[in-house]
Amino acid sequence: MRSMRALATAASITALVLTASACSVSTKDDNSSGSPSSAPSNQGTATAPKIRDVVLVTHDSWNLPKKLVAQWEQQTGYHLVVRSSGDAGQLTNKLVLTQGSPDGDVSFGVDNTFATRALKADVFAPYTPASVPAGVSQYDVAGDDGSHLTPIDHSAVCVNVDTTWFAAHKIPAPQTLDDLTKPAYKNLFVTAGASTSSPGMAFLLATIAKYGDGWQNYWQKLMANGAEITDGWDQAYDVEFTQGGGHGKRPIVLSYDSDPAFTVQKDGSTTTKALLDTCFSQVEYAGVLTGAKNVPGAEAFLDWLLSPQVQAKLPDAMYVYPVVSGTALPADWAKYAVQPTKPLTVSPAEIDANREKWLQQWSDVTSR
Amino acid sequence: MLPLRQALRRPLTLVALAAIPVVVLAVFFVLPVVGMVGRGFRPEGHWDVAGVIEVLERPRVHRVLWFTVWSSTVATAITLLLGLPAAYVLHRLALPLRRVVRAALLVPFVLPTVVVGVAFRQLLTGPLDWLPIDGTPIAIIAGLVFFNVAVVIRAVGAAWESLDARPAEAAAALGAGPWTVFRTVTLPALRPAIVGAASVVFLFCATSFGVVLTLGGLRYASVETEIYLLTTDLLDLQGAAALSLLQLAVVVVLLAVGARLRPAREASAQRAPTRPRRPRLSDAPQLAVTTVLLAFVAAPLAALLVGSLRVTTSGGERWSLANYRALSSTGSHQALIEPATTALDLSLRIAVDATLFALVLGLLVALSVTRRTHSRAERRLRGVLDAFFMLPLGVSAVTLGFGFLITLDRPPVDLRDSPWLVPIAQALVALPLVVRTLVPALGGIDDRQRQAAASLGAGPLRRMLVVDVPVLWRPLLASAGFAFAVSLGEFGATSFLARDENATLPVVIFRLIGHPGPMNYGMALAASCVLAATTAVVMLVVERLRVPSLGVL
Repeated sequence: MRSMRALATAASITALVLTASACSVSTKDDNSSGSPSSAPSNQGTATAPKIRDVVLVTHDSWNLPKKLVAQWEQQTGYHLVVRSSGDAGQLTNKLVLTQGSPDGDVSFGVDNTFATRALKADVFAPYTPASVPAGVSQYDVAGDDGSHLTPIDHSAVCVNVDTTWFAAHKIPAPQTLDDLTKPAYKNLFVTAGASTSSPGMAFLLATIAKYGDGWQNYWQKLMANGAEITDGWDQAYDVEFTQGGGHGKRPIVLSYDSDPAFTVQKDGSTTTKALLDTCFSQVEYAGVLTGAKNVPGAEAFLDWLLSPQVQAKLPDAMYVYPVVSGTALPADWAKYAVQPTKPLTVSPAEIDANREKWLQQWSDVTSR
Repeated sequence: MLPLRQALRRPLTLVALAAIPVVVLAVFFVLPVVGMVGRGFRPEGHWDVAGVIEVLERPRVHRVLWFTVWSSTVATAITLLLGLPAAYVLHRLALPLRRVVRAALLVPFVLPTVVVGVAFRQLLTGPLDWLPIDGTPIAIIAGLVFFNVAVVIRAVGAAWESLDARPAEAAAALGAGPWTVFRTVTLPALRPAIVGAASVVFLFCATSFGVVLTLGGLRYASVETEIYLLTTDLLDLQGAAALSLLQLAVVVVLLAVGARLRPAREASAQRAPTRPRRPRLSDAPQLAVTTVLLAFVAAPLAALLVGSLRVTTSGGERWSLANYRALSSTGSHQALIEPATTALDLSLRIAVDATLFALVLGLLVALSVTRRTHSRAERRLRGVLDAFFMLPLGVSAVTLGFGFLITLDRPPVDLRDSPWLVPIAQALVALPLVVRTLVPALGGIDDRQRQAAASLGAGPLRRMLVVDVPVLWRPLLASAGFAFAVSLGEFGATSFLARDENATLPVVIFRLIGHPGPMNYGMALAASCVLAATTAVVMLVVERLRVPSLGVL
């Protein structure tokens, strides 16, 4: 009996502690879900009960100004719930694993290197926005042609150089992928690894697009010329790159074509330049998920992503270019960010079929 | 009737005590991991065990396993060698500022690997450029030691502090030299704590992810990084399942070895802590090791601090607090959705919850595994329970994170969108630390004390208050500090579960560091310093708390 009493006490203490702890996270929750409740009912007397929450499953680079989202919520009466984690690869695999029981209604962020995997797994339901603005369809996944995946933005992963470093050292900056293997640029290049980073993968694909079956040979030369490989973009840019936050020692880095717009000095010049012959084009897609609870909401959200307001905000918010032709770019972008006219590409289907083999071979070439 | 009830009562109480933690672990750990590994075993909906076994025969898998085992073993050994003298110096010697130092030593433990990786590499490519270790296993091992040395200092230090000093004094009085006393009296008494700390450190090393990638420059792969690659990039679930099983096997072997090394009876604990004494000349070696250790831990932290206080302007670099002021903004080019200050607030809230969960669960586990055993079967059951709660440390955060998504999606466990998932996941990570800190202390209580109290008429609650609580108080606070720190710094599982509305500070730091723009890098360093300082302050408060309460209860 005694031990039963002890147990009862222990249980009541447990209960007490649990209630005490409930204050913290749950209070927070009340606050956050309480604030955006200003949804007007401009839907009139709706017939079917409308689900208010639209749940977006995305990667951790997702970012749109709060005001813009609030505007959309005001206009439509929906409430956007964002679930973001991981990169494009993690996002795609999450969607594939939860196929049929998705953790949301709509997804943004599957890119051209993962699109085929998602389409094959039947992750996305058929939907094409009612009106597709000019310029969008040129980014469609071949074979899908916009029936499941809608292009939202594009960008290019390019080799970037620190122009001030090359000026100070009186060496002409490199221009092409071939240049990176020349002795003049020994120990100057740093890139993120293909196995751990999506820009790193894009660079591997650029070399595959450029050299075909000879890409391993190119990488051997690149490594022999002292290329440094880091696990993520942040290590390459922040630690190793001369213009990065950590003031590293390497003036050539793998990054994006829009980077020169982020290294603009007070005097109006930029200190970096993208090498346009080294770029691999990335496109990000959105689509309604198979098994979504709120299909109308998901479709409305997708339409909104192609709207002029959102397209115009993409560069500042997510460092990418809008897909809709004629969208005005921010001043810095228009002035400093130059897009490649002929980026290197590999078809999504080919990437999906060879990804594992290529990564395996790449690891063999790059590990010493 | 009565004998049967008597016979049943003990196992029943054990079951009742252990029930809550077992259920929690079953739902939030076993179910997701089994779900995820199960997918690997049944790729097309039917069993394919041969495919998994085939993976284990790949030469690459053998290389990866070998690297994991040897690097973790070496790192654990070095952590112990440096940590034990420091535990002694910081817990038994009366040195100025030892509380502050003790609190500061926990800081590495909470820093996100991304940031420490950056700080380490800045040292290795900057002031320590002459050391050719960047991108080598030595750098990886140094990183592992940096992260884990606090575990040894804290866990062993707490045990050392509450160790009865009289046997050692008696041995000394009988003519034993200091080394003999240490070897024959102190070390055996500390063995449970040391073995416990060592196994936790080994598990942390074997499952560490960021350190291996960042400091090894992608040239080395551990089981953990391989699972990450197979799951998040290649979607090779079969390969991931095989490696997860391998990981579990290693953990189980390790726990079995640990259980062997632990003595059947824990050393008896003393209620009043030994007063720290003045350092003597004979303490010089320990003091020297501690100094080296402190310098080693301080260097990357100093690099972080300096980096956070520098800003680049058109006229060059200068000192400024601008990075800290920017923390209430959303970063340059709006890298963040919520300012970092909001994230800190949320991190603290989650840490409170996670700490409470971990303490309640840990206490229940510790109570059930240390109760006096009567039969061999009962003892074995306890051993199994004890090991069971260590398992979360040995399983990849990727496996667990994806497992949550695919198994907790339907009633009765439709929990994958619950705000409680993050604190619960963090509590599971902290639980083994809590258990390993509490068990040696609880096990050290002589059951005759409880019997004596009972014979004097004390009820169960009073027995607990007068016998268990005074001994348990300090280890409990120590483990609360641990759990809080783990929760504040946890990144792996949290990054899988964190939503935009509730990004924790480590997640925000990761986001800042991954965005171009000069301010973002500085803000990431500043946010890391804030995280570090917050941890240190919380630890200090915990340390302060425990002194006046002692002996009062």
